[in-house]
Amino acid sequence: MKFGVITFPGSNCDYDAYRAVKEVLGEEVEYLWHQDRDLREFDVVILPGGFSYGDYLRTGAIARFSAIMGAVKRFARSGGLVLGICNGFQILLEAGLLPGAMLRNRSLRFVCKYVYLRVENNSTPFTNAYKIGEVVKIPIAHSDGNYFADQTTVEESEKSNRVVFRYCSPGGELDDRHNPNGSLNFIAGIMNSRGNVMGMMPHPERATSQLLGSSDGRLVFESMYSYLSAKGRREVS
Amino acid sequence: MSTSRKSRKAHLWRVDVSLKEGVLDPQGTTIRRALTDMGYENIKKVKSGKFFEIELDGDRAREAAKTLEEVCRKLLANPVIERYEIKRLK
Repeated sequence: MKFGVITFPGSNCDYDAYRAVKEVLGEEVEYLWHQDRDLREFDVVILPGGFSYGDYLRTGAIARFSAIMGAVKRFARSGGLVLGICNGFQILLEAGLLPGAMLRNRSLRFVCKYVYLRVENNSTPFTNAYKIGEVVKIPIAHSDGNYFADQTTVEESEKSNRVVFRYCSPGGELDDRHNPNGSLNFIAGIMNSRGNVMGMMPHPERATSQLLGSSDGRLVFESMYSYLSAKGRREVS
Repeated sequence: MSTSRKSRKAHLWRVDVSLKEGVLDPQGTTIRRALTDMGYENIKKVKSGKFFEIELDGDRAREAAKTLEEVCRKLLANPVIERYEIKRLK
């Protein structure tokens, strides 16, 4: 099983993601450069958080034209797992691999804190290790995480169960006070129709140990591992 | 302005990008609130956005406008949330 973590100019969570794969799963993981074009030997590609291209123009707007993004699109089309975290999520939105866009946080502030998320769908390659409705604690750190999409798109995502995580209270209720950025329908993470591309603003790679304040993010990595192991077994038999 | 006029001179254009109607504009809203607090109670709405001044070389105006349309769609604006307006300055 091989994971790739893309480093764009300005990525700053690439090492965290790399370390999370190594520490949580002990699987092979390699850095990918934004100018690489070949992802054939990988099973998972992670677009990490950070400030690619200084967030100039719009978050993710320049990074989506990196050479590697053509390969990421082909990789996604062939069924490979793509996980975008924070700025990685913003890049996936700009690239059109996920629907919607990010607006400035409602507060106009950079928000860096632990938040609570409710697992809305656990039949995904990224969340199968969670229980449905489970409330997890994972940190966010962003200025532009206010998810927006037009009404038709949001209804489509809701109807087809593509909202994977929602911001919630510690008890799991959806209320405005626990929506840290103003996201539509409290959306913190969504996936594509095929279910192999997911973006989330919270940082699971920063919540892999109680020492860091929470280990709830580990299950994102463990989910991908069990999905790929099961897929491998199916392909062998 | 004549769009068919042949010109070898550089053109100067301006592109305005702003949030579409109905998309939450937290910056505009905050600025409007600040103005209200400052006593400008007749200011009802502020919309924030950004602009780009773009110089193009040699193209005819019509071609330049077409190029800029393309550039707006591909990069300068995100059609999910933003609209754009292209104007020739010189």
